[in-house]
Amino acid sequence: MNRRWLAVPLLLFVGMAAMLYRGLYLDPAELPSALIGKPFPAFALTSLSGQPLGREALLGRPALVNVWGTWCVACREEHPTLARLARQGVVIHGINYKDDTAAATQWLRTLHNPYQVNVSDPQGTLGLDLGVYGAPETFLIDAQGVIRYKHVGIVDDHVWQRELAPRYQALVSEPAP
Amino acid sequence: MRAFWLVLALMWAGMAQAAIETYGFDNDVQRARFAALTRELRCPKCQNQDLADSNAPIAADLRREIHRLMVEGNSDEQVITYLVDRYGEFVRYKPAFEARTWVLWLGPGVFLLVGGVIGYRLLRRRSPLAVTLTDAEQARLAHVLKGTEDD
Repeated sequence: MNRRWLAVPLLLFVGMAAMLYRGLYLDPAELPSALIGKPFPAFALTSLSGQPLGREALLGRPALVNVWGTWCVACREEHPTLARLARQGVVIHGINYKDDTAAATQWLRTLHNPYQVNVSDPQGTLGLDLGVYGAPETFLIDAQGVIRYKHVGIVDDHVWQRELAPRYQALVSEPAP
Repeated sequence: MRAFWLVLALMWAGMAQAAIETYGFDNDVQRARFAALTRELRCPKCQNQDLADSNAPIAADLRREIHRLMVEGNSDEQVITYLVDRYGEFVRYKPAFEARTWVLWLGPGVFLLVGGVIGYRLLRRRSPLAVTLTDAEQARLAHVLKGTEDD
């Protein structure tokens, strides 16, 4: 009589229950980005005002790259946070994703423009290369243009303080190579 | 009431129309490959739908992109790699066998094996029913089984 075997289903059950319990608190909409640690993709697009822009325009300093659009309700919600961070000196670039240029220009004029460089991506081609599946998405890139982190969803004070600020500060204080 | 049904019918019409896109293919093999690929790849936004099934704008973009890549002569593997490079292993319903996914692939087999072993041992351990019949009962049983009992 080997009663130890009877404990195996119990252990399996406890293990699975623990995993499923943990699963309750995971957000399935948050996908790990395939691009972390990879260079920001090259692109040949224009700014909202029509100047040609490439990847180099985003380099030089660590920055947040925010994917936004006027059609995106959540982008309006996070806009005040971005504006405040920009005033505090955080470098923020924008990618105007699948949007109408006139509407985007109007939005920036009325709501404050937190972006240093704003790439217009009307066809979503850069968005595709970035693996964007829903705005807003915010990438953190270092001075060399390597993607270090990605946040999907609204950037609010909580997200900034908990997820982005420590990483951004670490990049800023990284000695230049 | 009639207006209600009309509105409902119109809503359905909109939904039905949304999924219709026309892609030109050189041959039926390509068409079949496209259908298979869009079924095997997952929409990143609406996570429980494949790309063929989803009406999300991102799914439409990715279908268009897959069509473009195919027309440009990329193989199925190249198309999948292209999407995985951007959206991660997540977009595949059949992820590659690697360090992060081996549990997913082998888990069911391991569970079946463990369950089978436990079940087998439990069943074998159970002692067979020890019933002994008297000679008279034995004789009656034989009668019953033959169907010749008449009392």
